[in-house]
Amino acid sequence: MAETMQFDLVSPERSLMSAQVKSVQIPGADGDMTAMPNHAPLITTLRPGVLTVETEKGTEEFIVTGGFAEMGEGLSVLAERALPRGDVDQATYEAMVDEAHETYKQTKETFKNEPGPVDDAAKLLADMVAVGTHIGLSPKQPSL
Amino acid sequence: MPNLKDLKNRIASVKSTRKITKAMQMVAAAKLRRAQDAAEMARPYTERFNAVMGALAASVGDSESAPKLLSGTGKDDVHLLVVMTAERGLCGGFNANIAKLAKQKATELKGKGKTVKILTVGKKGRDAMKRDFGDLFVGHIDLSDVKRIGYADAQGIAKDILGRFDAGEFDVATIFYAKFVNVVSQTPTAQQVIPAAFDAPEEGDAEANTLYDYEPDEEAILADLLPRGVATQIFAALLENGASEQGARMSAMDNATRNAGEMIDKLTIEYNRSRQAVITNELIEIISGAEAL
Repeated sequence: MAETMQFDLVSPERSLMSAQVKSVQIPGADGDMTAMPNHAPLITTLRPGVLTVETEKGTEEFIVTGGFAEMGEGLSVLAERALPRGDVDQATYEAMVDEAHETYKQTKETFKNEPGPVDDAAKLLADMVAVGTHIGLSPKQPSL
Repeated sequence: MPNLKDLKNRIASVKSTRKITKAMQMVAAAKLRRAQDAAEMARPYTERFNAVMGALAASVGDSESAPKLLSGTGKDDVHLLVVMTAERGLCGGFNANIAKLAKQKATELKGKGKTVKILTVGKKGRDAMKRDFGDLFVGHIDLSDVKRIGYADAQGIAKDILGRFDAGEFDVATIFYAKFVNVVSQTPTAQQVIPAAFDAPEEGDAEANTLYDYEPDEEAILADLLPRGVATQIFAALLENGASEQGARMSAMDNATRNAGEMIDKLTIEYNRSRQAVITNELIEIISGAEAL
């Protein structure tokens, strides 16, 4: 039997998963990473993406938006919003992309001369769109 | 002496009032369960979040480059008081207690010569604060359309507050809400959210002393997480408030139902006495009439 570790996925509204897992693939802000048992302690922020959990029984996928992951004894992922992949349908996804669009537009207006925040918002939007491609849904609007 | 018909009407009206308060109590009890569950569900997130933030904040410390949300603007001249209350009344002293605490704080700060700004969340708090501090209001957030408080609502409030902070409108922000202790007691609480105050991890606490790697780096993570921290604290406060409101309403309505019951008993006795008095009177009249013949 492969080694396992404790994994918790919590969002502010509820706890989505708490189980012994073999590995978890995390959409980190600087790139995807896979956490396995006895990983070095690490804290990373998340970008919108797909979190893949591999348990003894198979794999489960969650769509997460921002938040962070903490690896210590086990792994806890605190996602701002997390949904099991099966719960994300076209309507939910479109609402999420629309929200990202809105943020992007607002940021562009608020910070006209500062590229920093605008780029961040654009990246967020691009990430959201990428999530869609990954799970086979496409946003109704073009990406930018 | 009130006549019989008046008494009868009175009893009927108190009885229907009792029915209403009883129903409200039961509704509040059901909602309380749900609100408590919601607060319970949110707890793991808040706890982990605060633990990580505490560790992070301690490691970045008071360095000059620390984000303003953590270290503050270096002044404490302008205070923003975020008063979170319910949208509805009929819940005992719940709204009044929160407003009282906020008023105390506002008066104290004004006494020290600070500028006070007030942001209200929830209609009842605004109404309670309007008379004395109406000129200090800078905004109001209405949650009366919200059936179930979600994280998105807290994010909205946090965004509003952070926007004002970025615009330099205030130096220190404090939120006011009622902490849910149990059904009969809710404690009005003031909690500072900006600059963020986290419990420093205790010395010798094994977990707290773990040396973490950070990706990207500590400061980037802090910059990303601090705004979320504000939203998290507000969300937790809103949930506590929700549970407190229902708890307060439940006990208020329980009292009201009991009082109505007592009143009905008293009125019924009075009604029976006057009915008996009328009968006795009639009898005396008949008897004395018969004797006169």
